[in-house]
Amino acid sequence: MANEDYNPACLPDLLPLYYRRLFPFPQYYRWLSYGGVSKNYFQNREFCFTLKDDIYVRYQSFSTQNELEKEMQKMVPYKIDIGAVYSHRPSQHNTVKSGTFQALEKELVFDIDMTDYDDVRRCCSAADICSKCWTLMTIAIHILDRALREDFGFHHLLWVYSGRRGVHCWVCDDAARKLSVAARSAVAEYLSLVKGGEDTVRKVVLSDPIHPFIKYSLSVVERYFPQYAIVEQDILGSKESVDKVLAPLPEDIKKDLTTFFQKVKNPMERWEELCTLVEHKKSSSKKGGQYFDKEIMLQYCYPRLDVNVSKGVNHLLKSPFSVHPKTGRISVPIDLKELDTFDPFEVPTISLICEELEKPRTDEVEDEDMKDKENEQDAGERRRIRDYKRTSLAKYVKVFDNFLEAMTRSRKGEMLKKSDLQKDF
Amino acid sequence: MQFSGKRKKLIGSSQNDLYGHCLQFYGQPPLDNISLAEFETLAVERLKLLKTVENLGVSYVKNSVQYSKKLEAEFTSLNFPLRTELGDQKVQGGTSEYEKRRKDHISHFILRLAYCQTEDLRRWFIQQEMDLFRYRFNDLSSKYKTDFLHKNNLKYETVSAEEKNILKDKLINSSYGLSGITVEEYDFYKVPFQDALDLVRTRKVYLLAGNAYIPHSEIVTIVLNDFRTRLSKALAMTARSLPAVQSDERLQPLLSHLSHAYVGQDYSIQKNIGKISLEQIDSLSGKSFPLCMRHVHKALRENHHLRHGGRMQYGLFLKGIGLTLEQALQFWRSEFVKGKVDADKFDKAYAYSVRHMFGKEGKRTDYTPYSCMKVILSNPPSQGDYHGCPFRHSDPELLKQKLQSYKISPSGINQVLELVKGMHYQLACQKYFELTHSVEDAGFSLNHPNQYFTESQKLLGGGRDIKKEVEMSQKGQENPSSMSRPSQESSKQAHEEMGDLDSFFQDE
Ligand code: SF4
Ligand SMILES: [Zn+2]
Repeated sequence: MANEDYNPACLPDLLPLYYRRLFPFPQYYRWLSYGGVSKNYFQNREFCFTLKDDIYVRYQSFSTQNELEKEMQKMVPYKIDIGAVYSHRPSQHNTVKSGTFQALEKELVFDIDMTDYDDVRRCCSAADICSKCWTLMTIAIHILDRALREDFGFHHLLWVYSGRRGVHCWVCDDAARKLSVAARSAVAEYLSLVKGGEDTVRKVVLSDPIHPFIKYSLSVVERYFPQYAIVEQDILGSKESVDKVLAPLPEDIKKDLTTFFQKVKNPMERWEELCTLVEHKKSSSKKGGQYFDKEIMLQYCYPRLDVNVSKGVNHLLKSPFSVHPKTGRISVPIDLKELDTFDPFEVPTISLICEELEKPRTDEVEDEDMKDKENEQDAGERRRIRDYKRTSLAKYVKVFDNFLEAMTRSRKGEMLKKSDLQKDF
Repeated sequence: MQFSGKRKKLIGSSQNDLYGHCLQFYGQPPLDNISLAEFETLAVERLKLLKTVENLGVSYVKNSVQYSKKLEAEFTSLNFPLRTELGDQKVQGGTSEYEKRRKDHISHFILRLAYCQTEDLRRWFIQQEMDLFRYRFNDLSSKYKTDFLHKNNLKYETVSAEEKNILKDKLINSSYGLSGITVEEYDFYKVPFQDALDLVRTRKVYLLAGNAYIPHSEIVTIVLNDFRTRLSKALAMTARSLPAVQSDERLQPLLSHLSHAYVGQDYSIQKNIGKISLEQIDSLSGKSFPLCMRHVHKALRENHHLRHGGRMQYGLFLKGIGLTLEQALQFWRSEFVKGKVDADKFDKAYAYSVRHMFGKEGKRTDYTPYSCMKVILSNPPSQGDYHGCPFRHSDPELLKQKLQSYKISPSGINQVLELVKGMHYQLACQKYFELTHSVEDAGFSLNHPNQYFTESQKLLGGGRDIKKEVEMSQKGQENPSSMSRPSQESSKQAHEEMGDLDSFFQDE
């Protein structure tokens, strides 16, 4: 998905500007400090920088926002990953006694990558995406966001576009950050329905009773499936793809459908016939609980998680507001209120926002700059805020701000509750 | 020896207090004085019990009828307590129920000493003790379950009738075998989902706002969770006080012997290192690799790439059959560069992890080749993956086609598929071994892909593929204490093991 305005060769020239004037450091620092409740939470956090030519620099850590800024401006990372909060400063991990340097906490994270859907996408493959298959990400977010909130009781979820072909979710609640490896993997498995690798044809198996979580998820998938899978992906349109759809079905249904498909070419009618046959078989069989049609829908649309990313406490995940070196797009938070209209191709590239910054401005900038002369630092801060507000990045920083605001509010709520309790005694 | 430092003998009533139920939470350490000989006997017998638990868990579905039957037999033969009431203790001349309970109690605490020392040992011990506890708890009648909760002061929040009514449909659909009536009648418990991970993982409970709603029939899960938490805390504490025990020169060797008895052959010692050339791998993969490795090998050759799970499973296996680090680097590099990765990228992004496998980078842990259990149970393959165990992770239909393409006879294929259906994956693999090596009885019990390779090479004479010395060293590796075998064999093995211990003590 090349885009006209970005050229990877320019990245080394654009990044310094981005880190100097656009990267939202104050919000970023505010996020990772989590209200300063636990000591050294920001200071013991691992950052990993990827420099030119894929050189990874792991175990970076910083004591203040200022140090983080300075280092990033100095090293100009192509990519930034965030790791765990450790028992000691990661930058000093070589100096502590071996075995004592341990990953303690991290956000519960999810990584959904379009390449994992290659067997069920007909429009693109591998790293390519288009607006058709992006629907898969929309479905994924709807399903997981609901489950993480309603089933698991989490509140502070940050959904982020990865900059290329997927999305990440950062669950930031206190309880989520403290989860053990076993708990993370249990959550991830609860949320996984599509199982099996290249050697599995029927990747979703449903049986009675159908768990409420699966029912909710199905209702989301059913909303998108006809338009997305039958019309846009046209999965019942060609011989090859029909074979694939029918593969997990029992022989008798397969046979009936093959005959039917010879007469009827309209994909929607074909799908309806499939459902009818499955339904019929179900009602005539004593066993009950055969959900082949639903299984197909889930196999084609249900979110595919990389469980390993979610499991590990010390796993690295690309940071929000990092730039994707291949596409130049910024990894931006997604506003769930506008999820259905979120378009990855509208996400600004680093070239775009740098250009927007260079555009001459007409308003009263000069004036204010004069006033701020006395206090350099303040002025710098304020100028940067004005800087990103002039670019298309503004709208995404706003989403981030709202997310942080909600966290602060609930932290205050918690603290009030605690002090009320104390007063009671 | 004196167990806890307090030279106090338990008397009548508190004895009954301590052993008032056939199942315990092991809250209090024993205060008895026991001889070194008894110490040893108790420890070895519990170890045998735990080994049985482990072996059965591999060969059978946990808590299935067969599993329970075999485990019950082991309880009887080793005289551990099971479901009998203290009142019926006068059994014709046999061990009294009191003695059984005392044995259960003391032996558990001895093994705590032996198994608290490293993370690995603790994990193994906790796992087996949990399986054991689950089995025993499930075996109790409902009255005794309640009694147990009561005696151990285990209280869990129950869901109100009103809430049950609101959530009725959801509760029914989240658990097996529940109906509207049972929902009304039975207690449901509300616990943070973190306390019922096994039920969450398998979606066997209803989740709402971070709470798991657990039907009474599954209460064992919460109790077990409590059990695990307490045991793992206790082990950590014991580990801290261990130096004192270790300075006891009579105990120290015994404890370390006990803790070494648990692992089978781990195939990380590479006596045959450097005896295989890279050119042999293709032909070896057809003849002597188990299916899991043959598959990843083929996938690697075809795609010139493997994802992380495949690289780990296959890379460690290759290390285990004797590839050197240099060979491994060459092997992976030459394959990857045929694909989308150039040599430079390989050196930057992948060489590290190859060296890592050989313990040359990072934490410098020497990674051990995966056992069947690990391949079968952990990290199942997902989209784009080729690792895992084909008997477990392939659709039966595809497995059948593969076996056909390997020229296995139809009747042989049926036997294999039958075993797969019964979820006896390792037995299916062993059957495949027998079919492909034309032997009636493999003569070993399979639990490791590297074992499959070794045994295959042994049968094929090894000579043509690998030089003589290797065969020798493999014999050397044939460790009689590889105890992870199905029960019949294992009791024989364990006897040898005990003989060993005996002689050890005679030396003293
Ligand atoms: S049973 Fe073991 S050796 Fe056989 S294929 Fe499965 S994992 Fe490999
Ligand atoms: Zn597409």
